[in-house]
Amino acid sequence: MQRHLISAADLTRDDAVLILDTAEEMARVADRPIKKLPTLRGRTVVNLFFEDSTRTRISFEAAEKRLSADVINFSAKGSSVSKGESLKDTAQTLEAMGVDAVVIRHGASGAPYRLANSGWIDAAVINAGDGTHQHPTQALLDAFTMRRRLVGRDAGIGQDLSGKRITIVGDVLHSRVARSNVDLLHTLGAEVTLVAPPTLVPVGVETWPCEVSYDLDSTLTKSDAVMMLRVQRERMNAAFFPTEREYSRRYGLDGDRMARMPEHAIVMHPGPMVRGMEITAEVADSERCTAIEQVANGVSIRMAVLYLLLGGNEPAVTNTRTEEK
Amino acid sequence: MDRQQDTQASDARPVLEGPDIARVLTRIAHEIVERAKGADDVVLLGIPTRGVFLAQRLAAKLEEITERKIPVGSLDITMYRDDLRMHPPRALARTDIPGDGLDGRLVVLVDDVLFSGRTIRAALDALNDIGRPRAVQLAVLVDRGHRELPIRADYVGKNIPTSLRETVKVQLAEEDGRDTVLLGAKQTSQ
Amino acid sequence: MSKILIRGAKVLGGEPQDVLIDGAVIEAVGTGLSEEGAQVVEAAGRVLLPGLVDLHTHLREPGREDSETVLTGTRAAASGGYTAVFAMANTFPVADTAGVVEQVYRLGQEHGYCDVQPIGAVTVGLEGKKLAELGAMHESAAGVTVFSDDGKCVDDAVIMRRALEYVKAFGGVVAQHAQEPRLTEGAQMNEGVVSAELGLGGWPAVAEESIIARDVLLAEHVGSRVHICHLSTAGSVEIVRWAKSRGIDVTAEVTPHHLLLTDELVRTYNPVYKVNPPLRTERDVLALREALADGTIDIVATDHAPHPHEDKDCEWAAAAMGMVGLETALSVVQETMVDTGLLTWAGVAERMSFKPAQIGQAKGHGRPVSAGEPANLTLVDTEYRGSVDPAGFASRSRNTPYEGRELPGRVTHTWLRGKATLVDGKLT
Repeated sequence: MQRHLISAADLTRDDAVLILDTAEEMARVADRPIKKLPTLRGRTVVNLFFEDSTRTRISFEAAEKRLSADVINFSAKGSSVSKGESLKDTAQTLEAMGVDAVVIRHGASGAPYRLANSGWIDAAVINAGDGTHQHPTQALLDAFTMRRRLVGRDAGIGQDLSGKRITIVGDVLHSRVARSNVDLLHTLGAEVTLVAPPTLVPVGVETWPCEVSYDLDSTLTKSDAVMMLRVQRERMNAAFFPTEREYSRRYGLDGDRMARMPEHAIVMHPGPMVRGMEITAEVADSERCTAIEQVANGVSIRMAVLYLLLGGNEPAVTNTRTEEK
Repeated sequence: MDRQQDTQASDARPVLEGPDIARVLTRIAHEIVERAKGADDVVLLGIPTRGVFLAQRLAAKLEEITERKIPVGSLDITMYRDDLRMHPPRALARTDIPGDGLDGRLVVLVDDVLFSGRTIRAALDALNDIGRPRAVQLAVLVDRGHRELPIRADYVGKNIPTSLRETVKVQLAEEDGRDTVLLGAKQTSQ
Repeated sequence: MSKILIRGAKVLGGEPQDVLIDGAVIEAVGTGLSEEGAQVVEAAGRVLLPGLVDLHTHLREPGREDSETVLTGTRAAASGGYTAVFAMANTFPVADTAGVVEQVYRLGQEHGYCDVQPIGAVTVGLEGKKLAELGAMHESAAGVTVFSDDGKCVDDAVIMRRALEYVKAFGGVVAQHAQEPRLTEGAQMNEGVVSAELGLGGWPAVAEESIIARDVLLAEHVGSRVHICHLSTAGSVEIVRWAKSRGIDVTAEVTPHHLLLTDELVRTYNPVYKVNPPLRTERDVLALREALADGTIDIVATDHAPHPHEDKDCEWAAAAMGMVGLETALSVVQETMVDTGLLTWAGVAERMSFKPAQIGQAKGHGRPVSAGEPANLTLVDTEYRGSVDPAGFASRSRNTPYEGRELPGRVTHTWLRGKATLVDGKLT
């Protein structure tokens, strides 16, 4: 029995809509005096983080606690992992403690897939970001944010993102967020355009279900949502682009560019933002920027995923692709 | 309310028809007004799916009688069920609490069929996380018996003594296109 | 001296013949040879080949005896039908001195399963900076003639030029691991459609092709010969084809796994498919088969690369690169080249015995199956089909990409100078 969430590409349209709808109900719990549900009482979830990511870990932890799961946080820093213990040993040690699910963040692409498919453990595996591969809950919370803003909170129930035009801008090559979003947004019927300097687009992108453009200005006017990806300054040293100034001039989002977007269009950012690089403070702090909403929505999405994978005797989400392997 | 009890219409016979349902809802509305001494602080909460429609119909009747606005909402109990681990996770339904909340109010839970009482147990748990009503009462269209918990209804549309081999299926116009309550035999395949 | 009569074998896939071995040499080849005084091996229906020669094996000893030793590696070789293997230099310590190559050579001789011909490092410590004492290794008891920094590329053009020039003095050959290092920093798999999707660092074909192009031009310029290790891309094939048409003295090898497997397998993230150079695309696989058939690629070499279980039982990025290959090579070649009609068994003998022995100057190996020649022979049951079970491997390591895969052909007997090292599929 598969009960994992490894890649956004594993989700069918109906699975994805079910997660979004469930998250919408989960979001209402946050408005109650007691922000807690008994649903995962007695289930133990470990947050296994081999990479620092306080934001993602806290978001998962909040979701787990709101569903009454017992939570164990395991960070690779200062642990036996840094002394050479393998992923396999660590996972097996945790499972011996009676863990029902592993939320894993790992610097190596495919580590969650390995954990779920190698027979090392029986627990459910939820990918919280692996290398430059996937970050499915990020894609789900992004889609959730878009559906709320572009379709409507109540009107969106049961709906996908058909016909919405989404532009993703920045370091696509090194971005698990971009990969996950392309997969999920395509599944949900949106039209995706990736915008980046050619050096930051992977070889092989031509098979992805999206368009690729090197010109931000020509796509802005046709976008319902513009998602800015973080661009690490170190990339400059590896000659992916000449200077920070040139990058932000060609691919950064400032007030002028934002003004040219359709009136209803939103600006998204998975965080953490590098202000002055891919986004100016003016845009980041504007009403149209959903960065803070995305964080709040992240808890609701993760509650939905945890409930749908762990809430019953088997997962409600089908894992077609993972099961075939 | 028990979805395991779905039955095919072919071998089922109606025990309540449309006019009967309208009549018992009117009677329940009058009982609520009487027992709640004017229903000043009543809030109706329907349990999805069909309990919500019944609550809305009851509210309309109460408004006719009292000529006041009656707050009505819905209370999804899925995540409070005690049999979550026995089935795949269910899709969640809407929980919608009227604006003024539940604190100090008389909450009347509304459901279609009262059977084991486990749904109502879950509803009481869910209520507990949402507010502190002055009192909680229960209105059901049909009480078919076979309680497994010390729970009873305050307002009952119709008592229908049943065997455990039978199913009770409530159909409402809002969801099913017609109003009726069907009594049938359980499918052996289930 | 005992005699062995191999009766009714299809020599190099031809008409059934008897082969009589007397001591270390083949006494006669013909029909109806007398079995008097000889032990008879009934070989009807089987194919008899000259003992296979592998120009590219990692035996790991000295230094990584947990993954392979000269003993276990040569037993694996005998199991796979090999009578000579060339042991790569990337051991600990590196085989960059006469002392280390002599040690490896003598271990092979002592164990007696298969001749071990050490390959010497081109540069000290495989660091690509300073030429190793190539002449001293050549003059040692090991008589090294093939030099390679395999595992690393001799990327400095000047060092490569000097090495190509220097080995001319004693007829040596440099075997290049073609991998431009800057283009492959952080590389985890073939760069293309699959790497883009999996988010694994790409190893672009051009990183191999640009080095091959440079090196064939260097070889032409200095009038030396160069051998290309584990050629893996369609583009590399075109460059080698062009170089040969120009008369450049270049030879090239392909591994069995590059003839069969593609990067689609990496979707499993199972590190058993992690290898260097990486598995490429279907288009590359087909180009490599064609090039092996038309002679552009001269030989099949295994790049047998044993690794302990823990180095593969982990996440992809942490895993070691390489696959074992000695015990499955002939089966994979039968599957991809013979059963597809691209190559006859005589063609297989050419590419897995005659030619590799010639490139590496392995004395007494890669000789015709005829009277007076050393009795280095391999008998193959080509009708056999079975699934690969690593538990039965003689190698100390089990990192095969073929576990559970059905492959044709099975080596039943191997003779090294008349001495049986493998009988009925069992090591002696």
